[in-house]
Amino acid sequence: MEQKSRIISPVVWQLLSFALFFGLWEIAGRWPISFAFPPFSKTLMALLHMIADGSLPKAYFSTLQPLVIGIVLCSIAGIGFGIGMGLSRTIEWFSLPIFIILQAAPMAAIIPLLTYMYGIGLTSKVLAVIILAAPVIVMNSYKGIRNTNPSLIQMCRAFLGTKRQEVIKIILPHAAALIFAGLRLGLAMGFIGIVIAELLITPTGIGDLITYHSSVADYPEMFAAIASIIVLAALAIHALERLERRLFPAEIRGLEDVP
Amino acid sequence: MSPDGIVEVKKIGKIYDGGVEALRDVSLGLPRGRLSTLLGPSGCGKTTLLKIIAGLIPASSGEVWVKGKKVDGPGPERAFVFQDFALLPWANVLRNVAFGLELRGATKEHRFEIARKHIAEVGLSSFESSYPHQLSGGMRQRVGLARALAVDADIILMDEPFSSVDEQTRRKFQEELLELLRHKQKTVIFVTHSIEEAAYLSDQIVLLSPRPGTVSKIIRPNIERGVRDPDEIRRDKNYLDVVEEIWQILKRYV
Repeated sequence: MEQKSRIISPVVWQLLSFALFFGLWEIAGRWPISFAFPPFSKTLMALLHMIADGSLPKAYFSTLQPLVIGIVLCSIAGIGFGIGMGLSRTIEWFSLPIFIILQAAPMAAIIPLLTYMYGIGLTSKVLAVIILAAPVIVMNSYKGIRNTNPSLIQMCRAFLGTKRQEVIKIILPHAAALIFAGLRLGLAMGFIGIVIAELLITPTGIGDLITYHSSVADYPEMFAAIASIIVLAALAIHALERLERRLFPAEIRGLEDVP
Repeated sequence: MSPDGIVEVKKIGKIYDGGVEALRDVSLGLPRGRLSTLLGPSGCGKTTLLKIIAGLIPASSGEVWVKGKKVDGPGPERAFVFQDFALLPWANVLRNVAFGLELRGATKEHRFEIARKHIAEVGLSSFESSYPHQLSGGMRQRVGLARALAVDADIILMDEPFSSVDEQTRRKFQEELLELLRHKQKTVIFVTHSIEEAAYLSDQIVLLSPRPGTVSKIIRPNIERGVRDPDEIRRDKNYLDVVEEIWQILKRYV
């Protein structure tokens, strides 16, 4: 019985938290704080309407394309590059300072520049995703490789492992959890990148919905579009986090062995 | 130097980057089929010496010869047991024990068969599919020992294997280690900072002085082990004399 209540209670609290949030939103919307701030109920109705008339699914079809392409490219090239940086001092010295700056800099500022260089098409948007997502993916892969427990590497050498075996059997499995965490953080950055790109470069997809509905003062629709991308991003990242915990439970990550 | 020394350490010196001199002019012979201990206070370079013998770190001067061949890296005749166990956290006991054979390209069937045998020897048969985080410190070190036994090396190098293990487990493990090694005719080189452990286990104790480590004295305790009850050894007069003798030398360095 006690165990049961422990399992239930976090869910109950979370639901309460959402109920409180949406309740306050409803009250604030009806007050009204601003003419442009619709209550929760109207926003929800607008959302259902936009799903029903197909405008929201259509918008996501075009928004998710550059996001998926960008994240896939980042995963392949970014992880590869991060691993290279972790394994080779030369690559590290050559590129680490750049990635440290890229990770710290407000890269969103560069996005308008992409329009001048690559126009308003898919390329610019994919690049916007890559610019935001790549640094964290590269840096996490690099740190994952660099944080390998030195004792395990010595063990591998003591038992006559080759350099190749050292990388495949020790370093990569050890880094896998951090690399995966980098992908999750990269996806979060990618969502930011794609929304900024769609608002700043050319209104397409979800950015188009937001821009259009705000220009014609359909505020519930505008808010529904904004809320939908927030919810989608949160769900996607949460799903990756759960997958991460299943694939790499803390005990077998080897983190507790790092001196 | 003993004529049947399976390991010959010749004038080994080690200076780390940054100028710290860890070892100076260390020469010794480690007899075949015996357990030798490298004993000394912290910072005397005993682990450094063990890792040089293992071929894991290069010496700055001098040479190590193992079975008549000069050491220039790790070799199949030497196996290492690590102070922090160095087990793969994502692999179960069976794979960890078989890991040395895996690196040598043995087939799965072959290496698991051998690993199972050694897991049984260290008393972990029912834990084959457990992961290291599910085991106690003492059990983890048994896995480390089984991994070293599984590659069938003549020489087993142990770097303070019991230092992260509690006292009761340590004593039990020491007794079992002696029992196990008596059957196997292995040469064991054992690093410890525990005087009692050295006196209890060793056929030969190499006392090292601190910074830079040099051989201070070599003691060959004449403690009859054989079939006696291990607890009897701890009350043996020779054993107590050896402990006292070592302490008289070591206390100058403290």
